[in-house]
Amino acid sequence: MININSKILLEVHDLHATVGGIEILKGVNLTVKSGEIHAIMGLNGSGKSTFSKVLAGHPDYEITRGTLLFDGQDLSALAPEERAQAGIFLAFQYPVEIPGVANDHFLRLAYNTVQGKRGKEELDPLEFDDFVREKMKLLKMNPDFLDRSVNEGFSGGEKKRNEILQMALLEPRLALLDETDSGLDIDALRIVANGINQLSGKDNAMILVTHYQRLLDYIVPDFVHVMEAGRIIRTSGKELAQALETHGYDWIHANDQVAGAQP
Amino acid sequence: MNMIIKDDYLDKLIASWKKEISPVHSVSYLDQLKADALNCVESLRLPTIRDEEWRFTDISSLRATPFPRASAATLPVSDNQADTFLDEAVCKLVFIDGRYVPGLSVQTADNSITVSSLSGLTGTSSVAEQYLGRLADFQENVFVALNTALMHEGVCVIVPADVAVKVPVHILYISSRKEVTVYPRCLVVAESGASVTVIEEYVALHEGVSLTNSVTEMYLKDSARVNHIRVQRESPQAFHIANSSALVAKSAQYDSISLALGAHISRFDQKITLAGENAGCEVDGLALIAGRQLADTHTFIDHANPHCRSRQLHKCIMDDSAHGVFSGKIMVRPHAQLTDARQLNRNLLLSDRARVDTKPQLEIFADDVKCAHGATVGQLDRESLFYLQSRGLTETVARNLLTYAFGGEVISRVTVPSLRQHLEQYILARTRIS
Repeated sequence: MININSKILLEVHDLHATVGGIEILKGVNLTVKSGEIHAIMGLNGSGKSTFSKVLAGHPDYEITRGTLLFDGQDLSALAPEERAQAGIFLAFQYPVEIPGVANDHFLRLAYNTVQGKRGKEELDPLEFDDFVREKMKLLKMNPDFLDRSVNEGFSGGEKKRNEILQMALLEPRLALLDETDSGLDIDALRIVANGINQLSGKDNAMILVTHYQRLLDYIVPDFVHVMEAGRIIRTSGKELAQALETHGYDWIHANDQVAGAQP
Repeated sequence: MNMIIKDDYLDKLIASWKKEISPVHSVSYLDQLKADALNCVESLRLPTIRDEEWRFTDISSLRATPFPRASAATLPVSDNQADTFLDEAVCKLVFIDGRYVPGLSVQTADNSITVSSLSGLTGTSSVAEQYLGRLADFQENVFVALNTALMHEGVCVIVPADVAVKVPVHILYISSRKEVTVYPRCLVVAESGASVTVIEEYVALHEGVSLTNSVTEMYLKDSARVNHIRVQRESPQAFHIANSSALVAKSAQYDSISLALGAHISRFDQKITLAGENAGCEVDGLALIAGRQLADTHTFIDHANPHCRSRQLHKCIMDDSAHGVFSGKIMVRPHAQLTDARQLNRNLLLSDRARVDTKPQLEIFADDVKCAHGATVGQLDRESLFYLQSRGLTETVARNLLTYAFGGEVISRVTVPSLRQHLEQYILARTRIS
């Protein structure tokens, strides 16, 4: 939902980042306001997953140039947990399995930590149990998942639902959804997309990082960006995703040449 | 060629006891056993790092500690020690500095099993004669020899055939002061079809130097089951040397969990002989150490008969400059066909200065067997840490949670709920400090 008067949440300017000394992001510019849904599309290796990891603060990635402001605050100075507490959430492409840590314990610990930092009320185990079960209904999750180890032995779809459940609990202001549609069958995709839509509102924003247009059939973006070689090379409305689906990523360059040939 | 050098340390230890070893009037089996073991001590020496089995564990500092046994005075146990008593264990035997304390011990009202201190065993000398000192090898092992020669009081648990003891037997060894040597001795006999859970727990009320040298012998007759839980949380300056042997007969099952949490230097030698067809064992261990602690576990699982099954999971978590040692040998004898053995040793290093030496060994002399072993050494997984941090947990909390989870796999196998909860709390408290 685009609203000209909305507050700017994220301002990325000329962002360069490296991993293992190799530059992956080569000057990303992006502005995201409250209430907006952005999609970042691109081929594998274009830098879109790197971009989401840099935003979340993965320690392997180093920002070498440019600025990264979240709600006016320099994100690069914050540890990953401080970013989470400030309201950034990354739904992982490959959620990590953590044997030996019960899912309910982990979810409550995360919830209470973030609530505490935000000066909000923490919940005891019984209160939290009621609260989380309510949230799980949104994603049609079996309550058995609470007793299992975090993501351990979960199917691809179950892991992605667990990610969105965490998002529902932590109520981020900016959610980064990295390839959330990958590995989902059509039913799971619908459930996950429905969950995301219900969590979307005028006070938060979302960035969907995706290879395919499929997720965008269910979650309609306000902006679609195409990333290539570490830069955003094209920004448009939702129709861009449709065109990419039909014509492929090469079409952008063919299109550029045609456009360039015009007098 | 081994040259025998008179060992000053051993002489001192024995000398401090000689005055108590009274002249033998009637030669009972026990007296003879102790005399034999004493002879062995005199021909043995303390191991050094030049001995293969002690390569990684330097116990030369033990020489400075020829501590005598505690005097007979019984010391009261303060309230803060109450947490060492388990809800489930209606049968508990409490020793303070090696002395049995009847006032703190509770014998089961159920007469189906015999639980007695070793001193009470001398009356039923046939049991002693049949079992005591038959498994624990005092001919070769100087610590077993010392224990056998100098043992004063110990525990004897005898479960008659087909009796299933529902409640655990809790044996609590409390070290109340420093500069004392104790020689705990435990004998468990589970007759055919019997089952019992035995918890041996070592705790300290001080932080000084003390020495525990314990020996445990367990006999499992046909189809018996013994669940053996061992918790070592001695003083951070203590030496703890322990030998445990189990003889597992046909279709019997021996399960053990050993936790090394305390002591400056701890060494645990565990020998399990699968001596009848279809015998089985599950042997799990966890060492959680920090500072300059050393925890050494040597296990020997002997598949001496066909159709036996063994499972072993040993984990070490080492912080600061701690040093873990694991040597796990699995022997499959020539006729032990259809053996099914699996061993896994996993080690977690929490600091750059921590160290682990691991030596898994399979020796297979039968040709139709299923055996697997493996060892891993690693640090906390970076991706897991980032995942937890990205959910708002601080790096410290994330590290502690992952460390706890690593050890939790072993703790979760403790079948006595209140003990499991105690251990979970203890380990949570430990990981919070690191």
